[in-house]
Amino acid sequence: MQANGFVHKYPDNVDTDVIIPARYLNTPDAKELAAHCMEDIDPDFVKKVQPGDIMVGGANFGCGSSREHAPLAIKTAGVSCVIAATFARIFYRNAINIGLPILECPAASEAIRAGDKVHVDFDTGVITDETTGQTFQAQPFPPFIQEIIKAGGLMNSIKQ
Amino acid sequence: MGMTMTQKILAVHAGLDKVEAGQLISARLDEVLGNDITTPVAINEFNKAGFTSVFDKTRINIVLDHFVPNKDIKAAQQSKQCRDFANKYDILNFYDVGQMGIEHALLPEKGIVTAGDCIIGADSHTCTYGAVGAFSTGVGSTDMAAGMATGKCWFKVPAAIRFVLKGQLQPPVSGKDLILHIIGRIGVDGALYKSMEFTGPGVASLTMDDRLCICNMAIEAGAKNGIFPVDEVTIQYLTGRSQRPWTVYEADEDAEYEQTIEIDLSALEPTVAWPHLPENTKPAADGKDVKIDQVVIGSCTNGRLEDMEAAWKVLKGKHIAPGVRAIIIPATMAIYKECILRGWTTDFIDAGCVVSTPTCGPCLGGYMGILAQGERCISTTNRNFVGRMGHVESEVYLASPATAAASALTGYITDPRTIAE
Repeated sequence: MQANGFVHKYPDNVDTDVIIPARYLNTPDAKELAAHCMEDIDPDFVKKVQPGDIMVGGANFGCGSSREHAPLAIKTAGVSCVIAATFARIFYRNAINIGLPILECPAASEAIRAGDKVHVDFDTGVITDETTGQTFQAQPFPPFIQEIIKAGGLMNSIKQ
Repeated sequence: MGMTMTQKILAVHAGLDKVEAGQLISARLDEVLGNDITTPVAINEFNKAGFTSVFDKTRINIVLDHFVPNKDIKAAQQSKQCRDFANKYDILNFYDVGQMGIEHALLPEKGIVTAGDCIIGADSHTCTYGAVGAFSTGVGSTDMAAGMATGKCWFKVPAAIRFVLKGQLQPPVSGKDLILHIIGRIGVDGALYKSMEFTGPGVASLTMDDRLCICNMAIEAGAKNGIFPVDEVTIQYLTGRSQRPWTVYEADEDAEYEQTIEIDLSALEPTVAWPHLPENTKPAADGKDVKIDQVVIGSCTNGRLEDMEAAWKVLKGKHIAPGVRAIIIPATMAIYKECILRGWTTDFIDAGCVVSTPTCGPCLGGYMGILAQGERCISTTNRNFVGRMGHVESEVYLASPATAAASALTGYITDPRTIAE
């Protein structure tokens, strides 16, 4: 599995309230949620984002509320992968459970700039910044989690 | 190497003699929880995967608390979806308007969660139940759906930070001041993926309401869970309340902790978290020039009876400052009724406050106290992120009920020790 896209860059401690503000949580509809993704931190995000784009955050990405609406909004907005130095734990498991690819890589999180074109190989964990030519090695997922990802998320995995 | 209290509970629920930090396990669940925001997403996943039965209708809890009584048509649709699902599967612990409370105040109060349990909830503050000696953690809606269907959940066994508590809180300093102090000290990711294990001679002096508040905000330090040992306070709380027999787990003498932090409870002072992170803590006394527009006293963090009492002690016989709006929200119907019976509700109203039925409403910027551009609120809730309670250019300051009530009286952030009884 591969991802290829332009980078939207965010700081440390991006919380789920800015990813999808609670005023929009009166619907579980993924498309409606995606229309307000990142609204309180980057109002132009939904206008700029192209299918396949990559989101890069700092430490503790996705902290705060357990709302699965957050990774769902990011995924439905067209983002192919989120790279961060670290993820908040509920966001981490939610992303895996709904099949939004994520990678923890402090070096990539630090070096990659907004607008860079980035390629991700999920099988090897290699992240390539095609704009600068730098490459980074992300930690691979443990086999248990790889099984969930391969099945296309938790519900498919437990049905198998 | 021995196991921490959290690891022992997880090992038993995974059917293993021993687990260690970092190990991935599948554990049996004692309770599964969701609310009116997260349950609809879980129901959709449950249905999409083709499930037609739940693992145990007596172990699933659906509490309508975020946007009820419903704030708009869409919120009403979500509540209806939860109600229909609860009826279809005959869910025992379904709490609708009139019986509901804020989930993390309600479940302990009803004795649904108990010592030794392994619990997941599709709400980040599910970590609250560590106060009664349970392993309890927040998850997402898909985890809730899988939990409802199978009674199981996957976990990475957490490493631990041990907090050794000494001394005794000096009222009006409360559990809220302690947890804000801890988050200020270790940061919002200071306990990322880890369990926060509270221990030491100071534990005995903490009331159950304090412990519930402390564990509630473990997530604000990034923790997987917070947990207290089961002691006389716990047993007294659970006796006559717990709906199931409980099991007491204790950490092994040689349990491994990544870090040990000692805290002298006697030295703590009223603490406030400045915007826009719960780690931005300072003494309340530093806020005397910070003018406030609104005060919120309530939530899953601080809407319990002791919190109401702390606010009442400050507000009774006085009046809030001109231009300040004070919103008091008892967290469950039982607490709401008790405030009426004790005359506190009348005193709150006479002091110029509004008293609402239970709701999470303002905490997450849902309704019942949304802030306008440039407005400031001091709140006993748990998060002060950008836009959390309304406009992106509004501000939330996190504090204890006593500090929030004292600030309502003066119109500025105020150390409650400076207010004469």
